[in-house]
Amino acid sequence: MLGVASEEGAAVCEYFENNERVWCAKWPASDQWEDNMPKDHGIGASPKRREDVRFLTGAGNYTDDINQRGQTFAAFARSNVANGAIRSVNTSVAEAMPGVVAVFTGEDFVDVGGNPAGWYIESRDGTPMKEPKRPVLAHGKVRHVGDAYAAVIAETLDQARDAVEAIEADIEELPAVATCAAALADGASLVHDEIETNMVFDWGWIEDNRAATDEAIKNAPHVTTLELVNNRLVPNAMEPRASIGDYNRGTGDYTLHTTSQNPHLTRLLISAFVMGIPENKLTVIAPDVGGGFGSKIYHYGEEALVLAAAKKLGRPVKWTADRSESFLTDAHGRDHVTKIELATEEDGTFIAIRTETLANVGAYLSNFATVTPTFLHGTLMAGNYTVPNVYVNLKAVLTNTAPVDAYRGAGRPEATYSIERVIDKCARELKIDPIALRRKNFIKPDQFPYTTPVALEYDIGNYDAVMDKLEEIGDLAGFAARRAESEARGKLRGLGVNSYIEACGIAPSNLVGVLGARVGLYDAATVRVNATGSLAVMVGAHSHGQGHETAFPQVVAEMLGIDEGQIEIVHGDTSKIPFGMGTYGSRSLAVCGSAVVRATEKIINKAKKIAAHMMEAAEADIELKDGTFSVAGTDKSVAWGEVALKAYVPHQFPIEDIEPGLEETAFYDPANFTYPSGAYACEVEVDPETGKVTVERFAAADDFGNVINPMIVEGQVHGGLGQGIGQALLENCIYDDDGQLLSASYMDYAMPRADDVPFYAVDHSAKTPCTHNPLGVKGCGEAGAIGSPPSVVNAVVDALQSGGHDVTHIDMPVSPSRVWAAMQK
Amino acid sequence: MYNFEFEKPGSIADAVAALGSEDAQALGGGQTLIPTLKQRLAAPSKLVSLTGIAEMQGVCMDDDGRMCIGAVTSHEDVAAQGASYAALADLAGNIGDPAVRARGTIGGSLANNDPSACYPAGALASGATIVTNSREIAADDYFQGMFTTALEEGEIITDVKFPVPEAANYQKFEQPASRFALVGVFVAKFADGVRVAVTGASEEGVHRWAAAEEALSANFSADAVPDAPDADGMIADLHGTSAYRAHLVAVLTRRAVAACG
Amino acid sequence: MSQVTMTVNGKEMSGDAEGRTLLSQFLREELDLTGTHVGCDTSQCGACVVHVNGKAIKSCTMLAMEADGASVETIEGQAEADGSLNTIQQAFQDHHGLQCGFCTPGMVMTAAALLKENPTPSEAEIRDYLEGNICRCTGYHNIVKAIMAASGQDVGAIAAE
Repeated sequence: MLGVASEEGAAVCEYFENNERVWCAKWPASDQWEDNMPKDHGIGASPKRREDVRFLTGAGNYTDDINQRGQTFAAFARSNVANGAIRSVNTSVAEAMPGVVAVFTGEDFVDVGGNPAGWYIESRDGTPMKEPKRPVLAHGKVRHVGDAYAAVIAETLDQARDAVEAIEADIEELPAVATCAAALADGASLVHDEIETNMVFDWGWIEDNRAATDEAIKNAPHVTTLELVNNRLVPNAMEPRASIGDYNRGTGDYTLHTTSQNPHLTRLLISAFVMGIPENKLTVIAPDVGGGFGSKIYHYGEEALVLAAAKKLGRPVKWTADRSESFLTDAHGRDHVTKIELATEEDGTFIAIRTETLANVGAYLSNFATVTPTFLHGTLMAGNYTVPNVYVNLKAVLTNTAPVDAYRGAGRPEATYSIERVIDKCARELKIDPIALRRKNFIKPDQFPYTTPVALEYDIGNYDAVMDKLEEIGDLAGFAARRAESEARGKLRGLGVNSYIEACGIAPSNLVGVLGARVGLYDAATVRVNATGSLAVMVGAHSHGQGHETAFPQVVAEMLGIDEGQIEIVHGDTSKIPFGMGTYGSRSLAVCGSAVVRATEKIINKAKKIAAHMMEAAEADIELKDGTFSVAGTDKSVAWGEVALKAYVPHQFPIEDIEPGLEETAFYDPANFTYPSGAYACEVEVDPETGKVTVERFAAADDFGNVINPMIVEGQVHGGLGQGIGQALLENCIYDDDGQLLSASYMDYAMPRADDVPFYAVDHSAKTPCTHNPLGVKGCGEAGAIGSPPSVVNAVVDALQSGGHDVTHIDMPVSPSRVWAAMQK
Repeated sequence: MYNFEFEKPGSIADAVAALGSEDAQALGGGQTLIPTLKQRLAAPSKLVSLTGIAEMQGVCMDDDGRMCIGAVTSHEDVAAQGASYAALADLAGNIGDPAVRARGTIGGSLANNDPSACYPAGALASGATIVTNSREIAADDYFQGMFTTALEEGEIITDVKFPVPEAANYQKFEQPASRFALVGVFVAKFADGVRVAVTGASEEGVHRWAAAEEALSANFSADAVPDAPDADGMIADLHGTSAYRAHLVAVLTRRAVAACG
Repeated sequence: MSQVTMTVNGKEMSGDAEGRTLLSQFLREELDLTGTHVGCDTSQCGACVVHVNGKAIKSCTMLAMEADGASVETIEGQAEADGSLNTIQQAFQDHHGLQCGFCTPGMVMTAAALLKENPTPSEAEIRDYLEGNICRCTGYHNIVKAIMAASGQDVGAIAAE
C-alpha cells in the first residue's frame, strides 16, 4: 500500500515540530467553508492576479529580457543525423572567426559528471535499470538530431551562429532507431553501446498480481482488447528555454539565470552530479518563466555549458533557444504504444485489467524519464474503479530521438487514455451505456480510504457525484436533440464521456524513497513578518503561469486576517528561498501551500506569545481575528502591526522566553498523494466528406477538494483542456525511420489555436476535500490534460458509429485524414 | 540569418538596377522569405525591398474589365479593395493570419509559388496575366512546378491582371499546423468555359484539373464534378495521404461550384 | 551597420541595425523594449505582434530597416497616460486572460487591432482573428472572453462563469 491512512473528515490534522506531534486546525475550518463563499478576499475568493500588471504592460522579466554587462552569446553545433560516430571536431577555423571568444566540444566535459535520472527502477527480474551517461556535450557519439557536440561563444549571437557553421565535424552516420519496435528488433543498432541493449528496464506492477490477472483474463466471460498509441508531443511552452551563466572572479560565485520550474533542483543537479560546483557557490534564478508544462523541470546541458563558459571567460554567457532548437531538444512527452485488455462479467462488472506498454524514452534518460512511465502511470491503472486484478508491464526503450519525460499529466494521461478508451469499447461491445458501465464499477464513497490492486490508497472521492455534475453542466440529456440538429445539416455528431483519477501533490518522501526516488519530494516556505507588519513569503514552488503570487497570499491573509496586499511572494531564487522542490505534478498548493500554512501557524503561535506578553495575559487566552489579537472575554486587544513591531523592537520584551524577530520556516512532506478526479464530456461534429472533427461542446466536472482561487483553478482547467484537445485532434511529434524530426516547427506541428476549441463548461463544486493536508486541496494543474483526450476520441468513435461506420478506434491525433481513411473501411 | 545589404528603391527601374548585383534578391512582404533566411536556407548578398515602390501598390480595374493588383499590394488590401472580384478578395482575406496579411504581398506569393499557397490557384483559375518589368506572362505559362516559375533572374513582378469571371469561388481545406492549403480549389466560370485550379495537392504544384473543367463547362453544377482525380502524383505527408488529397480535390471542387450559386 | 529611426510609442528613437536585424530584435536589443517577445521562427506564434503604421504585424518577420521612419506601437505604450491599464489590458486581467504572460503582449496588440477594425466582434470572429497568436496556457477561453468584454459585450452568460 502506498500512502498513509488518515482520519477521514477529521477536523484536525497533524504535523511534527521538534519531533513532537502537533495537532492543528484545518484551514479553513470546514464548518466555515460554505458560509464564507463567495468571498472577495482570502481563501475561496478570486482576486485579480497581481502578476498580470507587469505581463500586460511589457514589464515582465523573462530570462532573455535580461542583459548583463560584458555579456557574450552561445550557439550550439547540433547533430543533423540521429546516430553518428564523432570522428573529429575541428574548431580552429571557428575559433578564428570574428567575435569568437571560445569554442567548447565534448572533449572539454569528459571529466565532469553526467546529468542523472532522478528515479531508480528495477526490472521484473530484479536487475537494475540501465543508466547511460548523459554528458554536457556529446562525446564519441551523437544520439539524436539536435544533440549538441560543440558550442561557440562570441560577442554577438550572429557571430556565434556564423562560427558554428565553420566547425568542421566528421560525423559518420550510423543506422538509427526511431521507435521502440525498431530499437528492440533483432540486430538493432545501439543508442548507447556501453549498456549493450536499448531496453532500460522491463517493469512489472505489481509482479505479484501477474499470475492472478492472467488467470482472471483467461477465465473471464468477456475480454475487450485495444491496441493504441499515445502520441508523442512537444511541450511548447511559448517561452523557449534560455540560460545566462555568470561567474564572479572576486568571490568564486556562479549565478545561473534560467528557465526553470524548480531552481533548487536544478542547482542540486548541477552541483552534485554534473559540474561539481559547490552548492553554496551557485545561485540559480528562475525569473519570470513563460510556461513549462514539465519541459522546464529538467536540467539541460546548455545550463552547464553557459556556467562553464562564464567561468572560463569571466564574462556572462547567454543562450536562448530558437523554436527549432526547442523542437529538437526540449524533453518531449508521452510516446507510448499500449495493448490493454479489460475483462468483465457479462453484466459489465470489471474483473481484470492488463496492459503491455512500450515507452520511448529517447536517446538519454532525462531527470524524471524513468518515473513518468512507471510510478506515475502503472499505479493509476485501476482508474476510478473497483477492479480486483490489475497488472501493468512496461518496457522503457532508448531510441535515437530527443529525450522523453514528464509533460503535463506525466504518465497519468497515458493511464487514463488507455483505461477510458477500453471501457468505452467494452461498453459498445456489451451494449451498455458508457456512463452506466462506469457508474456500475465506480469505487463508492463508503469504500474510502480505498486501496487499489496497484498499491495506491485513494483517501477520498465521490465519483458518482462528479458524474452527476457532469451530466448537469454538459446538458447530456440534450445531446439527442443536438445530434438530430447536426444530422439535419449533414454532419455526424458524437458524445464521448470519461472519468479520470490522478495522483498528485507529489509526494511522500519516505514512500517514494522506497520506490526508487533519489530525491525527497517535500516543499518549503519561510514566512518573514517585517517590522511594519507586512510579510514576505519565500516559497520553494515556482510560478510560471499558475498565479502563486496571488493565490498564496490568499491563504496567509485568511489565516492572519490581514489584507493580502501586505503579503509578497518570493520565488525562483535559490539565494532567497528555502530548499523546495519546485512546481510540477500539480503539487504547488497541496505541498508548498501546506508548508506555507505550517510556517504561518508557527508565526501565529509566536505572535500570540508576544501579544500575550504585551497584554499581560495568558497565551492560551489570546485570539487572533481579523488581524487583531485580543484576550478572550475582555476588551483588550493589540493590532497585528503592533505585535510585528514589538518583535523587531523588543523593548520590555521577555527575551529569556521569546527570541526577537518574527520569521518561521516550515518543510512539509505529504502523508499521501492527493487524488483529484473528474468526469468529462466532449461533443464533436464530424464532416463526413472531409473527416474534419470539430469540438462543439466540452464539459469538465472536477473534484479538486477545496479551492483557494476559483478563477485560477478554472483557468488551469481551461489550459489543460486546450492541451488535451490538442493531443487528441492536432498534435503529433513524428520522426521518420532515420530519426529525422518531421514535425520540427509550427508549420508541421499543429498547435491548438483559438478556433480549434470552444468555450468550456467547467465546474469544481462536487468536492471532497483532501483528508491529509491542512487546506484540503488536491491540485488542478494537470487535470484538464489528463481527462480530456479519451472523451474526444470516444466522441469521434460515437459520431462515426452513428453514421453507420464500423469504427472502434482511431489513434490520436484524430486528424481529418485518419478519420476519412477510417470511414473508407 | 546571414547578413546582407538592404536597399529600398522607390521605382521599378531602380529596383531592377539594384537587383542586377550578384545574388541580390527581391523582398516583398517577407512572410516566407524571412523565415527561410532565419533557417539559413538562403544567403542573398542584398535584399531589395519592393514595398516602397508606389507604382506597384493598389487595386484597380483596367479598360478590359480586368482587376489589376500591384505586386506589393498586401493580402489585407486586396481583401479590402477587391470587391470587383469577390472570390479573389475572399481568397486574399483568408491567407495566413491578420498580421501575415498585413505584410504579405501577391507578388511575393506568386514569385515563390509555394505548392500550398492560395494565390497561385486564384491566378491560374482566373487565367491571370503576370506582368513583370520586362514582359507579360500568361498564368498557364507562368507556373512551372513547385517553387518554380517562368521568372528569369532579376525579373520582378510588377502587377497581376485578373479577368473577372461570371462566377467564382475558392475553397481551402487548411493544413492544421501551417494553415496553408492542404488542398485548395479555385473554380472560375467564364462565358467561354470553366477553369479549375488546384493547389496543395500535387507534387507538380498548382495545376488545372482538366476533367473537371470539361465537365463543368458542359454543365456547371456540383453534380457534374467528376470523381476524385488519380492519387498518383499527389502529395503524401504527415497531414494527409495522396488518396486523401485526391478525394479533397473533388469535395472542394463540388463545394466551390455549389458556392458559386 | 546603419542607423534606423522610428517613432515608438510616440517617441522618436534610433538605434543601429544590420540588414538582417529584425524589428523584434531591434526593439528588444537596441531600444530595450523587451515586452515584445519572440516565441517562434516561422512567423506563427504571434508573441512578437506590434503595430507598424497602425497595422498589426509580426515584428520577427519584418526587417528593422523596413520600419525606418515608421510609427511603431508596442505593448509598452498601451497603458493609459496615468499608467493604469487600458480597456483591453484591464479586461485581460479581469477575466484571467493570461497565465504565464509570454504570449500576452502579442495577444493584446492583436486584440487592439481587431477592435479597431471590428468594435464588437462575435466569438467566432475573435477566434478567427487570433489565428496567428498561439497561447499554450489558457486554452483560449478567457482570452476570447476578455476581448468580448473589452468590446463592451456582456460575457456573463459564457460557460463557466
